[in-house]
Parts: sequence; structure tokens; C-alpha cells
Amino acid sequence: MNFPENIKYTKSHEWIKVEGDVAIEGITDFAQEELSDIVFIELPNVGEPVEAGKACGTIEAVKAVSDMLAAVSGKIIETNTALTEFPENINQDPYGEGWIIKIKISNPEDVNNLLSAEEYKRFVAEGH
Amino acid sequence: MAKKTPFYDKHIALGGHLVDFVGFTMPTQYKGIIEEVKRIRTTVGVFDVSHMGEIEIKGPDALKFISRITTNDPSALSLNQVQYSAMCYNDGGIVDDLLVYRLKKRYLLVVNASNIDKDFKWIKYNINENVTVNNISDDIAQLAIQGPDAEKVIQKLTDTDLSEIKFYWATESKIANIETVLSRTGYTGEDGFEVYFDKKYADKMWDSIFEAGKEFNIEACGLGARDILRLEMYYRLYGNDIDSTTTPIEGDLSWITRLSKTSFNGREVLLKQKVEGLKRKLVPFEMIDKGIPRQGYKIKDKDGNIIGCVTSGNLSPMLQKYIGCGYVELEYSNNDSELTIDVRGRLLKAKVVKTPFYKDGTHK
Repeated sequence: MNFPENIKYTKSHEWIKVEGDVAIEGITDFAQEELSDIVFIELPNVGEPVEAGKACGTIEAVKAVSDMLAAVSGKIIETNTALTEFPENINQDPYGEGWIIKIKISNPEDVNNLLSAEEYKRFVAEGH
Repeated sequence: MAKKTPFYDKHIALGGHLVDFVGFTMPTQYKGIIEEVKRIRTTVGVFDVSHMGEIEIKGPDALKFISRITTNDPSALSLNQVQYSAMCYNDGGIVDDLLVYRLKKRYLLVVNASNIDKDFKWIKYNINENVTVNNISDDIAQLAIQGPDAEKVIQKLTDTDLSEIKFYWATESKIANIETVLSRTGYTGEDGFEVYFDKKYADKMWDSIFEAGKEFNIEACGLGARDILRLEMYYRLYGNDIDSTTTPIEGDLSWITRLSKTSFNGREVLLKQKVEGLKRKLVPFEMIDKGIPRQGYKIKDKDGNIIGCVTSGNLSPMLQKYIGCGYVELEYSNNDSELTIDVRGRLLKAKVVKTPFYKDGTHK
């Protein structure tokens, strides 16, 4: 399982990559593997405000539906609309083609509350 | 604690995702549900279905007894023939759906894992004839080898000419030198076999089948794929689509209900429903708008009034459509009727369609 170093993680299995005041968010390799066979995604609207820890999209796998939570508070500035056609990109490339949303970060402090790769890896290993 | 099937170690070794399913530790998938669906539809795959229950019925009145407790007509069975049927309570509610095998010295009822204890109690409670019943579920291992290449795989392991065995017929033959009951059955819509045998030969049977199937890329498949395969065929799942609160007539299973039999459990209620008509009926539908219908979602009319409830739904990987079934008020049950499915607050259009959803299955 893949835990890239240059990104931050949530305990609800999202990742973000921070570029300036923008966070690119997706779900982790662990999450996509647990869900497996992602077949449908509901994206938030561009311009919509999101709150850290609150649902901002829905991911449907063959076996279950789950919410995606915003890793940080802010405003949606872009969504990966290719996923509506190719939701399997999340399974195949969760940290690349499978990115889901871009958030303009309103509170940079939010980023400090997230886990490092090492911390997230330990969190997963503990069986969460 | 959940029971393990005799293939538990095989599932672990293959990296199966194991879950507790109705009291059994079972694999939902190995490599991926969609990949496993395609495996069964295109070549051959194997399901561990050892959690299913087997109940033997013997004695001079066995046929008469089975006829009284099931809705279909077992007197139509020739030796080694198999029949899909249901057991009902006296109020017409379904105890279970099952297979009835007529074998040389006995009848074998194959029932759902979730219902083994309940079924066995119900069967014993109903005995009024000269029969003996045995619940042999814990001693029997069962595998389902399904897919267009299934016959080629199993033929390598037996002297019995499998081309002679028609759909829903069985044989008591040696497979890999192990005594079995082998039937040309399955719940996938593909050609294939189900094989029952003493669980002490589980490893040998599994290894022999996988060795024989190597050239056809045989793979283990889990319950996730099984659920989609059966839904693509509009085969019912007990606990989702049918249960003790629904009758076979409501569950769109009139074809296994022989009201011409003079007496069987539930007959009066089923006859009344047939004569007077139903209030609600199970219907198969496909989504017009994009979204997955799931068990428990409300079905509405175009004005937003609740007219029913989804019992099963998923993506059909073969059709690339979202499909499902659910109970609706009778006036909405005709082919092409438009339904609205409330998918977590989104009101999505669907329509009643003809089945099976998937029409290219290779079952004979």
C-alpha cells in the first residue's frame, strides 16, 4: 500500500496536497482498496463552501456508499469532472488522476491538524 | 462466533476480504467484485457456497411430505432432477426459497445459510407423515463452478459424460475421485455446476478443480460478485427481495407456485391473491437517471408519493446500467411504468423493464 510523503492525511482516509492556498483532495490508497470497485461519485458544486470534517461528496462503490469529508475548510474551486465518467480512476490512481476536489483554504491552521504519512500509516496499521 | 467453512484457509491464502455473513466467515471478494463478475460471465470461476444448508428427507412418504411443505410440485421430478421451489408459512409468507433434489435414496433440500435452523425447525414441526429428516449442513462442503468453461473444467475430473446432464439435473458421481452430488445448477445465469461432498475432502476437491481450471484462468470469486450476477438475472435474494412478510405471488415467483396442488402450506392465501389480485408486487427496474438504487430506498410516483421500496440494486457491470428491484403498488408494476427512486434525497427516474436484465447468459 502506498503512503506518499509529500501529502497530508485525515483519519477519515482522505489526503490533501497543499499548493499555496489551495488543497487538492482525494481519498487514500487504503480507502480505495477498502471500498474497491468505485462506480459512482457525487461531486460538490464549484463555489460551495466546505467545512473541515464535514461531508462534501459521496463515493459509491459496488458494495457500499460512503461520504467524502472535506480535509480543510474553504471553498470548492474545481472538481475532477472526469470522475463522473471514469470513477475507476480513483481505484487506479488515487493520488493522481483520481484526485477529487480543489479547495481554496480559508484557515491554514486546518492543515496542521492533519496526519503525516508516517502517522497515517501507523493509524491504518492499528486497524482503523 | 462466526462459523468457518472448510475452505477458510484457502480464502486467507488467496487474500480474500472476509466478512461475517449470516454467521459464517465468507469472502466478499478477492481481486475485485467487477473483475470476478466478468470472470464468471466470460470463462469460469468458483464460489465457496458451503454456508448453504442441506436437509435430507427420506422415507416412504417423502414425496407427499415435500409436496405439502413446498409451493412447487416435486411429483414432476424424475430421478436426479432438481427443482427451484419455496416453503411458505400458512399465511403465505416465505420461509425460504430452496432447491429440491430427487436422488436415489433420498430427497435433498438445499436452503439458504441464513435460514438453516429456522427451516429445519419448520420442517420438523410440519411432519405428519412417515419420513425422517436430517440436517447434514455441517458435514457438507459445497462449491459452485460457474461460467461458460465450467463443463470443460469438471469434465477433466470425472468419467461421467457431463454433456448428458441437462440444466437442473444432477448425478451422483465421482469428481476428482470423491463421491459427490453434482448438479448443473447455479445462481449466476451462466452454465455451471454445483458440487456437494463430504467436507473432509475439501482441500483435495478445491486443489483438483483449480488445477483442472488453470488453462481456463479459473479464479475464486466472492459473495459480492455472486450478488451482482444473481441480480443481473433478477434471481431473488432471501432477506432482500423475499421474506416472511412477502408471498411468492407478490415476489413475482408465481412460476414456482403450483396452485393446482390440492394442499400445501400457504395455498389458501396464495390462491386468494391470485384470484383477487395483489396490492403490491416485486418489479425489476433500470435507472434512467444516473445513480445506484439500494435496499431500503423509497420508490415514489411522479408527485412524490411513496409507492414502494427498493429491495436490491447495484451497477450491472455487464450492461453498464444501474439496475434494481423493489415492491411497488400494483398499478406501477407494468412494463415501462415510470418510477422515481429517492437516492438519498435525489429523486431519480427509473422504469420497469423485462428480465433477465442480462440476456446473454450461457445457462442451458
